Amino acid sequence: MKSILKLMKFIQPYWRRAAVALLILTSLVFLDLAIPRLIERIIDDGIAKNDQPLVIQTALIMIGISVLSTVLAILNSVFSVQIGEGVARDLRDALFAKIQSYSFGNLDQQKTGQLMVRLTSDVSALKMLTQVSLRIGTRAPLIMVGSMILMFSTSQNLALTMVPLLIVTTIIIVFFVRMMEPLFMTVQQKLDKLNTVLQENVSGVYLVKAFVRADFEAKRFESSNEEFALRSIKVMEFMSSMTPALTLCVNIGMVIVIWAGGLQSIRGDLSIGQIVAFTNYLLTVMTPLVMMAQLSNVWANGMVSAERVNEILDTIPEVQDAPDAVDLPLDSPGRVVFENVSFHYRNTNDEMVLDGINLTIEPGQTVAVLGATGSGKSTLAHLVPRFYDVTQGRVLLDGVDVRCIRQDSLLEKIAIVPQGTILFSGTVRDNVRYGNPAASDDEVIGAAQAAQAHDFITRFPNGYDSHIEERGVNLSGGQKQRIAIARALLTKPKILILDDSTSAVDVETETKIQDALAQRTFNHSTLIVAQRISTVLKADKIVVLDEGRIAAEGTHSELMQSSPIYREIYDSQLGAGFKLEESVIAESKQ
Amino acid sequence: MTQQTPSNVRDNMRNVMRGGPGPGNMRKIEKARDPRSALVRLWPYLGAFQAGLIGVLILVIIYTLLGLVGPYLMGLAIDKFIATKDITGLVQVAVWMLVVYILNNIFQAIAGWVMSSISQRALKHMRRDLFGHLQTLPISYFDQRGAGELMSRLTNDIDAINQAVSQNVTTLLASVLSMVGILIAMFILDKWLALASLLVVPIMLWFTNFVAKYTRQGFRELQKHLGGLNATMEEGISGQKVVKAFRRNESVMAEFRKHNEEVFKAGVYANSYALLLMPLTNVLGNFFVIVLAGLGGWLALQGLVTVGVIATFITYAQGYVNPLRQLANMYNSIQAALAGAERVFEILDSPSEVDDAPQAASLAAMHGEVVFDHVRFGYNPETLIIKDMTLTAKAGQTVALVGPTGAGKTTIINLLTRFYELNGGSIQIDGKNIVDIKKDDLRRQLGLVLQDTFLFSGSVLENIRYGRLDASDEEVIEAAKMADADHFIRLLPQGYHTSLSERAANLSQGQRQMLAIARAILADPGILILDEATSSVDTRTEARIQKALLRLMQGRTSFVIAHRLSTIRDADQVLVINNGEIIEKGTHQELLDQRGFYHHLYVSQFKGQAI
Repeated sequence: MKSILKLMKFIQPYWRRAAVALLILTSLVFLDLAIPRLIERIIDDGIAKNDQPLVIQTALIMIGISVLSTVLAILNSVFSVQIGEGVARDLRDALFAKIQSYSFGNLDQQKTGQLMVRLTSDVSALKMLTQVSLRIGTRAPLIMVGSMILMFSTSQNLALTMVPLLIVTTIIIVFFVRMMEPLFMTVQQKLDKLNTVLQENVSGVYLVKAFVRADFEAKRFESSNEEFALRSIKVMEFMSSMTPALTLCVNIGMVIVIWAGGLQSIRGDLSIGQIVAFTNYLLTVMTPLVMMAQLSNVWANGMVSAERVNEILDTIPEVQDAPDAVDLPLDSPGRVVFENVSFHYRNTNDEMVLDGINLTIEPGQTVAVLGATGSGKSTLAHLVPRFYDVTQGRVLLDGVDVRCIRQDSLLEKIAIVPQGTILFSGTVRDNVRYGNPAASDDEVIGAAQAAQAHDFITRFPNGYDSHIEERGVNLSGGQKQRIAIARALLTKPKILILDDSTSAVDVETETKIQDALAQRTFNHSTLIVAQRISTVLKADKIVVLDEGRIAAEGTHSELMQSSPIYREIYDSQLGAGFKLEESVIAESKQ
Repeated sequence: MTQQTPSNVRDNMRNVMRGGPGPGNMRKIEKARDPRSALVRLWPYLGAFQAGLIGVLILVIIYTLLGLVGPYLMGLAIDKFIATKDITGLVQVAVWMLVVYILNNIFQAIAGWVMSSISQRALKHMRRDLFGHLQTLPISYFDQRGAGELMSRLTNDIDAINQAVSQNVTTLLASVLSMVGILIAMFILDKWLALASLLVVPIMLWFTNFVAKYTRQGFRELQKHLGGLNATMEEGISGQKVVKAFRRNESVMAEFRKHNEEVFKAGVYANSYALLLMPLTNVLGNFFVIVLAGLGGWLALQGLVTVGVIATFITYAQGYVNPLRQLANMYNSIQAALAGAERVFEILDSPSEVDDAPQAASLAAMHGEVVFDHVRFGYNPETLIIKDMTLTAKAGQTVALVGPTGAGKTTIINLLTRFYELNGGSIQIDGKNIVDIKKDDLRRQLGLVLQDTFLFSGSVLENIRYGRLDASDEEVIEAAKMADADHFIRLLPQGYHTSLSERAANLSQGQRQMLAIARAILADPGILILDEATSSVDTRTEARIQKALLRLMQGRTSFVIAHRLSTIRDADQVLVINNGEIIEKGTHQELLDQRGFYHHLYVSQFKGQAI
């Protein structure tokens, strides 16, 4: 409830329309309740007293009321739709803006899928809450109270006999609503299981065919299929019992009205018109029950969603500009210094991911970080652009602590090619230009050439205007990485960070990229993170990271001499005893 | 007025169960291209339960009739007994009413139960057919469509059909029958009033069609914009780190706002129309009731009908309008189901994988000699990927395939497994053309360890056992030991019985690969096909995998798409593939000596490196 109140501010811009919608809704109740009254009048005053003008007049009034109530109902619908959609739009906007302001640390704790659910399902649930409340919020209880009052005013005795029936009906509805929820959950579970088998057979089709497991899979599918069918039957059976049960309640009510009402009428306490009106009230009083069940369900869903939405809105970005943050000068050379840096991720145990790192990247230098998975390489790279804040020590860019630089200014100096390449749907050109939308076509081609992407791009049917599908599914891993490198180069950074970004590129192409980066006047410092030794061979300095500490540091040949860890990695990748020299000599002789 | 009757109550209850009123749910509203033929093809699935269906039909007829008797008795009570103050008569009628209503509802419940069972079983058969056919489809079918797209289609279509069938079939049947029944009853009671009632049908249908048309249009538009918005959000979130790194937040936000506004507008439009249907059909229904009341009142004054008849008539009228209203409300979901069914049949109509040749022989033990004889192949026959490939792998040899990305290495695997058919030439195993070998036997002899290890949901044990279903637990563990996977499996929370979540997110890349190797070891194939992982595995794990692979390759003919130098150096034969042709062939040393493409490829990584 509190979480919903917190979100009330999203309704605020629409409060006038919301008030009108509720007002309309309330007036609808009176119209709703007038109809049975008027039918009663036709029968008792019109037909019984043979008053033809009254019959026609009343019928016309009824038609008028009917039209009016339809118009009002439509108006109410339109208002509630507008408000609901408006609230949904504003909620999405607020959520998305918030997510955009998240820093890496915040994002690590949430999967894209989860956030998408917040933006879609949860927003949808809150939209429903708004809409349904505006459409039936006041109506259901008022109708209920109103028709009860009318029933009592028509005949107190008869109305009293209806009370137990109403209670029973309420119990039945509550019972079904309560039971239905978990039952549908179990069906959903079985369906998920069925879909999993299906999913596995679709994505794993190579394996299923290669291992000749069609029969096995068919059996697996059949058993999930059967389970799902049985569950569904059970639930459907349950559901199809509900209608008769409710109808029976209404029917019994009718019988009571005829019976008890008939007896009263014979005694002269009740007119025939009143009996007919009574049956109509009976029907009218039943509906709000269902509406309220519906409303309670929507509210229950909405409250859960509201909580989750609030969770996102309340998150504070871990990394934010300090109030006195400065801009770096334009000609800042790009010298990076790690000063005794230690780091561990928030919300994890206190185990240090990086521990006492001291490292300097001189302007124009290439420094490579090598290490096993989980050694902290990527983390190290992420500290330079301040994707995370250090736990201890500091990271300096041209002598300024990165925490004192405005993020925008800092990121302007740095380009990163992330580990998992992320491309956006759009043309190849758009993607390369992502970091520098103002770049000319020549610059785009220049960057692509350096990244060894130009050749394969021009081989595409539409060259640079070829469309990249969502997340680049129509490109190979190596192609994506090369486009990502071009994208980074185009921003003309002072510092280039390559986070294992040539892992899917074959070694020859990788070498070409490295050559291009070295030859061209890119004039940046480079930080390379890699697992493949061929990637790091040429670096000015290689840092071997092991469990968050620098285990060795030096050039390739120095490390071959001095570092057993480095040699171990080298041997495992390029083969022990492999005579590197021989082939190099052979090559250089040519 | 929006008086509600039990069937409205039921509709509302349904909405409650499904978590919200229909229009608010973002279901795709589609229309089948040829609804009739979709219906005709759906029929056999239901038709298989003839006896049950006839039973349901009888039940529906009975309860519909009983449903008509109730209001009739009520009219009778009013006219005959209340008006004449006949207490015994009244009590009798009331008892009869009670009996009729109880029977009515019991029969209705039974019909519902039977129908639940029938419709779900029919759906089950349909799913089974669908899955069965899916399994016979060639790999190309899956390659062309992509798992994600195919999956979302399958699940959506199945769901659409399921929703419609489980909710509508009985209702539809009952609605139509009760409408007919009520109409007949009305004619018996009074033909003028009945004729007036007929008028409402075309008006209602026209209305529904009119509104549905706009609603569908609106939702289609909304769906389109939602797609755009969702794509933008998805990209904005999954790529947020990149967005941030490249300082593009503002433009992403602007793009998002544009889509968000579009969705808002489309949403208001579509939902306004969708919500129109209810009040409109309601008002129509009410109009009808009022007209009947007015007309009846007038007739009563003329002495042509009695008050009881009017009361009966009004009850009938509601019973008559409600099915119409329901039909109107079901309209869209039935359309969606038919569209779904149409696509399911489309899948069922796609041609299966090429059958085994009639003279295809089974293949028992094999030596494992593989010959490619002038093989030509292209995924698209016009652009050949493999132009003219001839190679021989002797039994027990290891053949390393080397070459740049896209050179056609993976294609060779697709051909050897006969996932794709050749465009020319032949592939022979132990001198036998693979076209003449039963596909299942052929594939059973081929062990595949692919780069991206696919694991199934289930335990570790089950995943390894996938290689050979009849393997005992001990054999599985033995295989895991051979693959050097035993020790990390034992470290998992439940050891071999640890269940792997979808796509095994809880295992590292290297561990998953070891499981795949164990699986292949257990399968004990004659020929091994390996796609070495390029992706990052730490050095120690890599060394382990390497050792396990060597054990696996021992004594088997192995094709390895190689990325590691050590593999290539140990191979009996290195094939250098470029643009679909073998441009060089020999051992590592021979190829180096040749000073050709391989030499260049090999040396390039060290070029200019002074050590």
